[in-house]
Amino acid sequence: MSELRDLYQEVILDHSKTPRNFRTLSTVTHEADGRNPLCGDTFTVSVTVEDGRIKDIAFQGQGCAISTASASMMTECLKGKTLEEERNLFEWFHRLLTAPPAVGSPAGPLGKLAVFSGVREFPVRVKCATLAWHTLKAALDRQAKPVSTE
Amino acid sequence: MKPQVAPPAAAALDVDRIRRDFPMLDQTTRGRPLVYLDNANSTQKPRTVIEAESTFYAEHYSNIHRGVYLLSQEATAAYDRARQRVARFVNARSEREIVFVRGTTEAINLVTSSWGRSNLAAGDDVLISAMEHHSGIVPWQLACEATGARLRVIPVDDDGELILEAAERLFTPRTKILSLIHISNALGTVNPVRELVAMARSRGVPVLLDGAQTISHRAVDVQALNCDFYAFSGHKLFGPTGIGVLWGREELLAAMPPYQGGGNMIHEVTFAKTSYAPLPFKFEAGTTNIAGTLGLAAAIDYVEGTGYEAIAAHEAKLLDHVLAGLATVPQVRLIGRPKERVSVLSLTIDGVHPHDAGTILDLEGIAVRAGHHCVQPLMARFGLSATIRASFAFYNTTDECDALVAGLRKCVEVFRG
Repeated sequence: MSELRDLYQEVILDHSKTPRNFRTLSTVTHEADGRNPLCGDTFTVSVTVEDGRIKDIAFQGQGCAISTASASMMTECLKGKTLEEERNLFEWFHRLLTAPPAVGSPAGPLGKLAVFSGVREFPVRVKCATLAWHTLKAALDRQAKPVSTE
Repeated sequence: MKPQVAPPAAAALDVDRIRRDFPMLDQTTRGRPLVYLDNANSTQKPRTVIEAESTFYAEHYSNIHRGVYLLSQEATAAYDRARQRVARFVNARSEREIVFVRGTTEAINLVTSSWGRSNLAAGDDVLISAMEHHSGIVPWQLACEATGARLRVIPVDDDGELILEAAERLFTPRTKILSLIHISNALGTVNPVRELVAMARSRGVPVLLDGAQTISHRAVDVQALNCDFYAFSGHKLFGPTGIGVLWGREELLAAMPPYQGGGNMIHEVTFAKTSYAPLPFKFEAGTTNIAGTLGLAAAIDYVEGTGYEAIAAHEAKLLDHVLAGLATVPQVRLIGRPKERVSVLSLTIDGVHPHDAGTILDLEGIAVRAGHHCVQPLMARFGLSATIRASFAFYNTTDECDALVAGLRKCVEVFRG
């Protein structure tokens, strides 16, 4: 069953079982809670931004394999990136998940994140794959929080 | 509590023949034969229901209660016959007690808006249960906000049953209504409505029962239930979407103000004062879902023609079969073990999120619901945010039970990795 393996690739299963950066940050400049009301998945994404660059990023919460792996891989991939690179990657990621099949799945600068291309066949799961990204966007769109050391 | 044993007289269902009456059951999904186990969500339609609607539109269509022409009179007569059919179906005293609405949700909203706002006041209690569907919670919350009444909640135990002693204590002189789900859409629990209705009525408290999950499994007799309102949807009874029924005791309905204003619900309109149409038209503003009522009547004919005893016996067999199968997958946990349940099961799989299981089952052609099933407070009661729900109707087979068990086993394997 290739669709199944395309969706639940080893990398995704690995990140869902042992998510990276699944922790709290000592210094938080931006933070937001994200919720998928359809399934009740919730994530908190916390970021330390310094000089327009994501110095550290982590997440907490619970969700399905797709949303957890996506959050985990997002944090891995964005650490050290500028905010502009982050916006660009989210745009590419969103396109990867929603482009009509005829367009193919242009991976652009996505690198490892391209493993989520299988989600395209399951439109209802696109929200799972983008939950952490939308939560991060909400966090970054906010005024920088005074540095908190929780 | 009676065990789920079929009366010996009930003839076995000819499921193969029944399945041929449902065109959807012959469809494929994801390249596989459809195994439709999402019946608590909505049910498939027999050809007679589909034809009742399409024939009306193709050969008999006109609006009702409006025209002096023959076609409209015939449509009106058909609509009236559908109402009489529903009245017989639930054993109403009169068809004036049958109000056509969009579905269970609208039926409950009609009661919370009309009865609620004219009977509730600050300091009053509305008693519901922790097992309610959101449609049995939110409309009452709105009525409470508007009137200052408070919501009280009958708790659920670990088996997924209402705690009757707690219910007894929750009744106070301030309790104005009991609004209760008859059969749980998430756990399949058949609630002890006889005891709870008696508890309420002995205190002069009226009772609304949400029968959305009942009508596809059990016969409903509103007089025997001795409740005051009963709500259900056509689409969960193998009928069309967008049509449902509120049954209400005539004296209560007669005393209630209209729910919505508009055409059809009036006797006479002047700018100074409007008088309302008699029951049930007072509650049917605007052009209703005429074709839907005809489809609903056809669905009732189909179900009663099949027979509730035979349906219950077949579903009990499916339930036994699937429970035995699930017991062979150690990672599967059933939520709730009520003494009396219909063929609706909520479960979780260790190490597999319900949404991932839903997708893996989908790829096997198996349609289940994964999520909170519109009962977030009940999910929270069990410390869950979501479950997998498999719900069986009389057209399901033991082979489909086996397909579900195999599919769940596959979910375990994918994530064992």
